[in-house]
Amino acid sequence: MTRSRRFKLQLFRITIFIVLGAFFLVPIGAMLEFSTRGNAINAPRNLDAWKNIVQTPELVSAITASLELAVITCLAMLVLLLPTMVWVRLRFPQLNRAIEFICLIPLTVPAIALVVGMVPIYRWININLSDSILTLAFAYLILVLPYSYRALDAGLSAIDLKTLSEAARSLGARWGTVMLRVVVPNMSSAIVNASLISVALVLGEFTFANLLAYENLQVAINYVSLVDAGTSIAVAVAALLFAFALLMILSFVGRPPVPVAKAEDAEFRVSQTVGLSGGLIGRAGR
Amino acid sequence: MTAAGSTAIAAAGRPIAGSRRLSLSWVGLVPFFIYTGLFLFLPTLIIVVGSLTTKDGAFTTANFSGIAQSYLVKAFGASIVISAASAAVGAVGGALLAYAVATGNPRGVLRRTVTSASGVFAQFGGVTLAFAFIATVGYTGVVYLFLKDHGIDFYPKGVWLYDLPGLILIYTYFQIPLMLIVFLPALDGIRPQWREATESLGGGTWHYWRYVAGPLLAPSFLGCTLLLFANSFSAYATAAALITQGGVIVPLQIANLLTSETGRAAPGLAKALALAMIVVVLVVTTLYTLLQRRTSQWVR
Repeated sequence: MTRSRRFKLQLFRITIFIVLGAFFLVPIGAMLEFSTRGNAINAPRNLDAWKNIVQTPELVSAITASLELAVITCLAMLVLLLPTMVWVRLRFPQLNRAIEFICLIPLTVPAIALVVGMVPIYRWININLSDSILTLAFAYLILVLPYSYRALDAGLSAIDLKTLSEAARSLGARWGTVMLRVVVPNMSSAIVNASLISVALVLGEFTFANLLAYENLQVAINYVSLVDAGTSIAVAVAALLFAFALLMILSFVGRPPVPVAKAEDAEFRVSQTVGLSGGLIGRAGR
Repeated sequence: MTAAGSTAIAAAGRPIAGSRRLSLSWVGLVPFFIYTGLFLFLPTLIIVVGSLTTKDGAFTTANFSGIAQSYLVKAFGASIVISAASAAVGAVGGALLAYAVATGNPRGVLRRTVTSASGVFAQFGGVTLAFAFIATVGYTGVVYLFLKDHGIDFYPKGVWLYDLPGLILIYTYFQIPLMLIVFLPALDGIRPQWREATESLGGGTWHYWRYVAGPLLAPSFLGCTLLLFANSFSAYATAAALITQGGVIVPLQIANLLTSETGRAAPGLAKALALAMIVVVLVVTTLYTLLQRRTSQWVR
């Protein structure tokens, strides 16, 4: 590579990083700036908007509800999906593709379309089961299905499930023991991945809650913004930074283990998985 | 033992063990199928059936001809314009960023940071994203006020943030990182040797991009752009938070038709619109998958 071309390339790279870096970071900084503004034009900066978060009962209950939903969805996802996936791999390998297909369906059905079909179901649930906001977990489990499936699938592919479970069974372990003491410890990072992404998705969810008339965190933020923009932006930043932290942990820590011998091959597979999950990424939050 | 004999033994042995296991094994899959049946297939069925029936349950195609009403056609047009524009901007921006990343150190901190941050930003959307832009370039936003103090007013004819141009700008925020994530693997597959080969044959930068890298990357680029299109086509929350009145784009129209507040709740029409959206996204993502498969033939 000639010197002038290398120089041009470096100039191009630096420009791109600065321009796009500004495009992505300035809006977040602007939210922080906005949430610390005083009431009058020349009023000093203050943290009133942040203090107002805990003094707005609507927000407190919405935050609680969203956190509860995140935990419930996460647990339900693990309880439903993990045993099913393990069972299919051990006993019905011919159904593996079918399960994968089902789990990835929510990606091709936009949330706004799916919610149209959910309205009658939720009307029935409200009348016959419960009108608690926590029933939203049923719908959220569908939303997180593709992402958690991918994460768990990566974890299960990395271990020799058949040998492990047969070894445990031949030593007299029950299926429950196999799951909790053999499978789970061997794929803990995949489970953490699936859980983190589920929590982040649930905390950012707006479409289902809004159209099924429940007030979760995002819906409450939207309502409060009509009255007190500063406070709603303060909550939004807080929720955002929390979700960012979760997802950053996910992308830095929770990578599938890379076997040494086939490092290059594995890296390609990792980037492909990331690419795929990127392709599947986050219509839920929008 | 002959091959036929061993097959016969295996065949004789399998059914007994198999059927005994099978009868119990099925139970393990029941919860999953019941749950997805109730909350994934039933809603889809409700959409399909509901879009083809009247309120009394009689068969009708009126809901689909209802889409031809001018305000809905306009909404579809606006949805397509927004999705195409934000996909185009996002694809070009994301591809440039991906190139800047791919030409750097493959194990460097910069690359890791950019890919991780992209994974995070591609998830960013909804109410919070709308607020972020209102706080930045809204009428009281920090960037708007700063530029106005310095003599630049980018709202000479009124605020466009709450309209289609604003949506395109905001959607770009999650399109660029998504493009980076899906396009980077293809760029990584380009070998430096190919450029050297072009040069040794007397070709310059233009020849390299026009005849070597360009044709190789084109299917992937196109496919990723389609994915971006589907991504913004199905987005609802950002627009809902930004545009409080009226239904500029299809998702907002669906929401309007669903909630009876507007006084014209039409569940049948909402279902027909939902089905139309699903079909569009399905077609676009299928094309994406086909184009990606082409790329995976040479990316290693």
